[in-house]
Amino acid sequence: MASFGRFIRLAFGACALLLVIMAAPASTQQVNPTASSVKEQQLLQELNRIQGRVSIPDQRSGVLEQPQGREWREFRNVTLRWIGGVAIIGMLALLVIFYLTRGMVRLESGRSGRTIVRFTLFERFVHWMTATCFIILAISGLNITFGRPLLLPLIGFEAFSEWSQWAKYAHNYLSFPFTVGVVLIFLQWIAGNLPNKVDVAWIKRGGGIVGHDHPPAYRFNAGQKMIYWIVVIGGGLVAATGYELMFPFYVSGIEGMQMAQIIHSVVAVLFVAAMIAHIYIGTIGMEGAFEAMGSGEVDLNWAREHHSLWLDEQSGRTGPNDQKPQPVTAAAE
Amino acid sequence: MARMKFLCDADRCIECNACVTACKNEHEVPWGINRRRVVTINDGKPGERSISMACMHCTDAPCAAVCPVNCFYTTADGVVLHSKDLCIGCGYCFYACPFGAPQYPKVGNFGSRGKMDKCTYCAGGPEADGSKEEYEKYGANRLAEGKLPLCAEMCSTKSLLAGDGEIIAQIYKERVMKRGYGSGAWGWKTAYRETIES
Repeated sequence: MASFGRFIRLAFGACALLLVIMAAPASTQQVNPTASSVKEQQLLQELNRIQGRVSIPDQRSGVLEQPQGREWREFRNVTLRWIGGVAIIGMLALLVIFYLTRGMVRLESGRSGRTIVRFTLFERFVHWMTATCFIILAISGLNITFGRPLLLPLIGFEAFSEWSQWAKYAHNYLSFPFTVGVVLIFLQWIAGNLPNKVDVAWIKRGGGIVGHDHPPAYRFNAGQKMIYWIVVIGGGLVAATGYELMFPFYVSGIEGMQMAQIIHSVVAVLFVAAMIAHIYIGTIGMEGAFEAMGSGEVDLNWAREHHSLWLDEQSGRTGPNDQKPQPVTAAAE
Repeated sequence: MARMKFLCDADRCIECNACVTACKNEHEVPWGINRRRVVTINDGKPGERSISMACMHCTDAPCAAVCPVNCFYTTADGVVLHSKDLCIGCGYCFYACPFGAPQYPKVGNFGSRGKMDKCTYCAGGPEADGSKEEYEKYGANRLAEGKLPLCAEMCSTKSLLAGDGEIIAQIYKERVMKRGYGSGAWGWKTAYRETIES
């Protein structure tokens, strides 16, 4: 009996051994759980980002990787500085050259001593509110792009950080009155800024900027209309993209914010270049121009030389009350 | 000097989120901010992978490059840190970061985001090592005490590795060799411009 039992045990043992030997090749061939798994480089190539699920409340952190910040970095540190530098320094250089060759555009017929209202108090208030905001926004914005290489080495980390902190607050909060100003500018001057045939002639004659030409113009000439549309369209773009950046994730994710920053900064530096020209022509560039936004009244001779058709309109509307208008043909001299 | 790096062995990560919790607790990270999180890709599908991710302390860090006030610095150990005293909360580092590491305590509040917060590799900030000020702003400075980041130290499956890049890469390579598979060091190509062949 005992020998039979031993035989059974032996038989089982042999069977078991056989099984182990047979199964051995199968067990050395490991299961590869990564065969079907996601691959980092493949995901990046397909979508340029890797996204998944997170169990923490902040669902935005489900984006694991988004290497496109590299292109944005290149734009922010290299491309933008070139665009901004060329646009702003280029504009300043052009204006200096222009001022040195042409000088101030003088009132050819001198001052008449009589004035006409060009901008009402409200119009001037809107202009100066927008302009003040713009200058602060421009300086604080340029600080973000150019401050680190230009200003930081001069004043040191602490002072530069303190200044930049306040500049950022100013930039964020003054965006609101600036936006209101752009909207009001759009509404209050839209009537005079629709392009018409007079603008074509004005542009053909180069706005009379070279020589002593005075092409006729209504209340706003083609150059001023350009400034108007730069303010309206440029201001609209910087406001829209700026608010997108101020309220992250309300409108878009990181890619959208990178794009918004690109639009915001490029439009802004071109806007600054255009406004430098606007400031030039409104101050030292042209005699009698500043008064329009200063006191709101311009000399009749200034109006006749630069906005002859507007003066005619005004004279027609108000009648030849105190000043006999010069012949209309004076405009085409 | 060592070049400190993180490496998440995605084939070992079980999405227990203990690293996330440990980090929050160790540094008393403000509400709403997670310096580390675990992302699960293809959740519930075959081939699903979980990866624990925080600041990778990149080589030539994009955050440092775009910062308008230059508040970032890299320590001798290759850890990317920043000064909350200099930070103006502009959000630029967060546009540039490939890993979504920079976060702000007040996101979406009129752009007054507050000072940026991110993983410090348990290395604190510019204040004196182990000082109260340092702890309040950046959390514990374990590195100064000769300890590695807590998230990796307490990882139950030893999926998350922290330490000198060469050494953790070697550990990972040995693992891959032994078990015969590995889905690679996630984020390394983006952060360090190198991968670990497996």
